[in-house]
This record gives sequence, structure tokens and C-alpha cells, in this order.
Amino acid sequence: MGKKILLEHVNVEGIHTYEVYRKVGGYASVEKALKMAPNDIVEEVKKSGLRGRGGAGFPTGMKWSFIDKKSGRPRHLVCNADESEPGTFKDRYLMEKLPHLLVEGMITSSIALEANLSYIYIRGEYMWVYRILERAINEAYANGWLGKNIKGSGYDLDLHVTCGAGAYICGEETALIESLEGKRGNPRIKPPFPAVVGLYGNPTVVNNVESLMNIPWIVENGGEEYAKIGVGRSTGTKLISASGNIRKPGVYEIELGITVEDFVMSDEWCGGMQTDRPLKACVPGGSSVPILPAHLLFKTAKDETRLMTYESMSDGGFATGSMIGSGGFIVYDDRQCVVRNTWNFSRFYHHESCGQCSPCREGTGWLEKVTWRLEHGYGSMADIDLLWDIQRKIEGNTICPLGDAAAWPVAAAIRHFRHEFEYHVRYPEKVKDRKHFEHEPWEQVKHLMTKQEAVLV
Amino acid sequence: MSLNVKTQQPVVISEKTLARVAELKSRFPEGKHKSALLTVLHEVQDENNDWLTVDAMDKIAELLNIKPIEVYEVASFYSMYNQKPVGKYMFEFCRTSCCVTRGAEDLIEYTCNKLGVKEGEVTPDGLFSVKGVECLGACGYAPMLQLGDFYHEFLTPEKMDQLIEDCKAGKVEKLSKV
Repeated sequence: MGKKILLEHVNVEGIHTYEVYRKVGGYASVEKALKMAPNDIVEEVKKSGLRGRGGAGFPTGMKWSFIDKKSGRPRHLVCNADESEPGTFKDRYLMEKLPHLLVEGMITSSIALEANLSYIYIRGEYMWVYRILERAINEAYANGWLGKNIKGSGYDLDLHVTCGAGAYICGEETALIESLEGKRGNPRIKPPFPAVVGLYGNPTVVNNVESLMNIPWIVENGGEEYAKIGVGRSTGTKLISASGNIRKPGVYEIELGITVEDFVMSDEWCGGMQTDRPLKACVPGGSSVPILPAHLLFKTAKDETRLMTYESMSDGGFATGSMIGSGGFIVYDDRQCVVRNTWNFSRFYHHESCGQCSPCREGTGWLEKVTWRLEHGYGSMADIDLLWDIQRKIEGNTICPLGDAAAWPVAAAIRHFRHEFEYHVRYPEKVKDRKHFEHEPWEQVKHLMTKQEAVLV
Repeated sequence: MSLNVKTQQPVVISEKTLARVAELKSRFPEGKHKSALLTVLHEVQDENNDWLTVDAMDKIAELLNIKPIEVYEVASFYSMYNQKPVGKYMFEFCRTSCCVTRGAEDLIEYTCNKLGVKEGEVTPDGLFSVKGVECLGACGYAPMLQLGDFYHEFLTPEKMDQLIEDCKAGKVEKLSKV
């Protein structure tokens, strides 16, 4: 068993209650942090090498150091609990099981940022988790960990939970801030970054649930200890949400650095494939990251073993690599259709586009329509190039990364599975059956297609 | 958004909800009470047959001291607010990729056939409606649906039959407790 930082006490009976959480050493990091200089806490987090667990992987300590402490305006810490990236369900698990760890992480981090008013923004669908957090916050107030003059330190902090209402875009930090202000979730143009102008125009840091839950351990044990776990610049542990055609879907805490093959095949984690059907592809970091075909999942293009780290997962760039992203690890066997899946993702992004920038608003609609046409047997060969063209025109041309997130899965699907798109054009009668690959797995029909180099520039 | 002004129902906002609104407002700094809007919309919707009339939204605007348009534009942006009547039990099926790999499409088809409705429709008795929604963050527990505040996971046709029976018998809890 690997090292557990977040899930160490997850199976302790009643760990969601204050009493039990406190008994296993909870809130010790707050006691320690109250005696430290705030900037020293930021330094510890920098030393830990902790990278944002929401998907972008930006170093958390660095993000904290950007917050404007000089202007004297009130500062805020906002927890991004708007987990909506398809394939990702780790934050929900964490908050449901360990609400006090998030509250503790929020308090300790607020101390470091010298923030006196902080919020947890949770997606509206997780309403029962919202209630769990409300209860945990009330318990923290009742026990003197929140409010005025916390534990006689002179430090005041108010922490509240608030909810969204079903918008993927609110996981983008500036859209989240807009939503938290009671508006539509339209992302803001950056700069200015939230660290300077954020919630109510005040300096704000927005961090993912999992990132914040790592902070208590880092403060208690020191950043250097944390940096010893993992490999290179991928320090610590990471929660992976495993789903799809595997035997044991679920949330797993791994030490960064285990091999992808172990993660998928070992009984400790995914437990291998769900049925006897072979692995066909994997989306390793949430729907936005490039899909990897089986032959590039366990080994990189350089024939090196692929590891569960930020660097190894993106080895080869987008041509032959992907990203660890949010850790939404979706495995597909050969009964699944890549074209249908690409259409599914495109529909998702079209549905979730806020409509602010035209390349995304219009482009995602085009992606959805053209992938629908191909999947349902009405496409032409020219449609495949059209798709490629559309996604290129979206990427990099929008205010927020939703445009990129919509473009990348389409690009990767064409890059690695062009022959499957062509199959849909050449055998429309076969693909009109929704379960075409369930009845006739790809392995059985691929001989119909002449082998083609699936590379596009 | 087309505001639904034809189908109306009286707005119900109980004393309990009013107290809750006051508490929600107090979570935000003076002058920033609009921040409570999303949560207040949920609370009012829960109390009014799970959908929002124009009157209900106008009332919310009054409670938060903002303009009605500020409520309309938010209510129309977020997918969890309904501007049309929905079934008493609305099955919101996740239909995104991970759930599809575990049979979500079959399950939606099964449920629609069983209830005799298409996605987005309400049964004539007003009891059920079926809606396809995007990723609900339960990918490892697929296929699944959301009913009120709760998730029903690892669904099968048999479990679906049971859930429908339980709903008919009034045995299914929709709201989590405050």
C-alpha cells in the first residue's frame, strides 16, 4: 500500500463528525499555523511542490505568493468544489467522507493568505454534500475554530459554503467568482488575475478541494517531507477517479510515480478490465485531455514505461501524450466507439459553453453536429477534415480554456483513431446501429479498413 | 429564454424559507447579498413544485433587493433551474461518456419506454419526468440518476422498476435536511 495523506483516516467510523476528526489529530495544523508567520506557511507550501489538483497543475505555493497583500484590501480564499469535469468524482468523495479536512485546509490556508472571509463554492448537484459541509462548518464555529479571535490568536475568519446550479463553466476560476457574486458564469478576461482583482474586486485565491486538503499535512510535517513523496516535480499523492470498463471503478489515492500499467491492471487499484474485452483507449485526466490509444498508454512513444506523473503523462506532447489533468481516468474497451464518445464529449462542451466567445459558442455546436453526423452514418470523408479545421479555429481563440477543452478531445480522437472515423463513413449501414462495436468489436472489423497512417498536421 | 407567463401557480415562500434567506444573506458582506441568489433560487424552487414562475423570480428579486432581470438572467443560465413544470419525481440521468460506457443509454431508453414519455416530457399524471443531463460526478458509480438532492447509483432495470414503485408509494425522499 502506498502512502496515504488524504485518505489515511477515511475508514474511521464517524470521521465526518467533529469529535472523531479531532480525536485522530484534526485541526492540529490550525494550531501550528496560528503560531507561524503567514508568509512562512506560503514558503512551506512552495517547498512542498504541491501542484493544483483541479487540472492545470499550477504550483499552489506560487499561486499563493501572487496574492496582493500590499493594497490593504480584504483578501479571500475560495475553494473550487464545482467538480464537473467528466470522469472526475474525487472531490465529492473527499467532501462527503472528510468534510472537516476541507474546513481545516481552508482555515490553515486562509491564515497563510491573511484572508478573513472565505468561501467554499460547491456545484448545485452535490446538494447533500453541501449540507454535510454546512454541518461541519457549524461544528467548527461551535468549537472555536472559526469566528472572531480564533483560539485567542487575534485572528478572525468567517467561512461559508455556497452553491452553484449546474454549469460546468463555473469550474473556471473567474466564472466561479462571477457565479459566487450571484451572476451568470461568464469567465472574465485575464489579466487582471483574481490574485489582484477577484471576488468583489478584492485579491482572491481560488484552489481546488484536493489541493486545499493537502495543506494541513504540509503545515504539520513540512514542505520538504511532502516533496519526498512522488517523483521529480510531481510531488505528493494524487486522487484518481477511475471509471469506465474496469473491474473496480472508484476513487484511489496514489503516490505520484506508480506505473500506469500497475494502476490499471493491479488489484490494488482498477483491477484490470471489466470483462474479457481488451483495452482500447483511455482518457487519463478528465474529458478535456487527449485520449490515448492502448499502445500509448502503458508505454510512451519512446518506449519508456509511462508513469502516473504530470511529466510522464504528458510525455510526447499532444502528439503521443496526454495530461494527468484532474485525475479523471476513463478506460474504454473495444466495445466502445471513439466516434460516439467524441460526439458525446462535443455535445457536453456545446451544452456547457457559456456563449460569450463566438469561436466556442458556434464552434462547439459545429463539433457536435459534425460528430453526430459521422457517428450516425451520414458523414463524408471531408467531414473528418472539417472537424480538424473547426477544432483548430477554436483552440487558443477564447477567453477561457473551455474552448481548448472542447477542441483537444476531438483533435486527439482524429489523430489516433482516424481509421475509425473513416470506417463510419465507409460503412454507414453498420454504424446506424447504436451498439455497432458491441455487436462487432473493432478488432473484428478493422480488416475492412486498409491500414493508414493516422497522422495529421 | 422565453419566460413562462402562461402557466402560473401561486408563489409559496414559507416563514422557514424567509428565515433561511435571511441566514443566507448574512453569509455575504453588506451590499453583496446578491451572492445568495443561486442558493435562494434553489430554496424557492424546492418549495414551488420544482420550477420557477416569473412571479416567484420577481419575489426573489424583492427579497434580495435586486432587479428582476438580474434574477431572470441567472435562472436561465444555470441548468438546474426549471422554467416549466416538471414531474413530481424528475429522473435526471447522466448521459456523459463514463455513464455511457456502463449502459446509461440503455437505461434511459428503458425508463422512457416504461413511463411512456420522451426525454423532457412529463407523464400525464404529473408524477414523473425524464431528463438527460451532463456529467453529475458519479462516473465510478454508473449508470446513475439524480432525484431531488440525492443520487441513485449502480442502476439496473430492476432497480429502476423498484425506484419507480417506491416513488408511486411516496417512499422516496427528495430533499436533504437543512
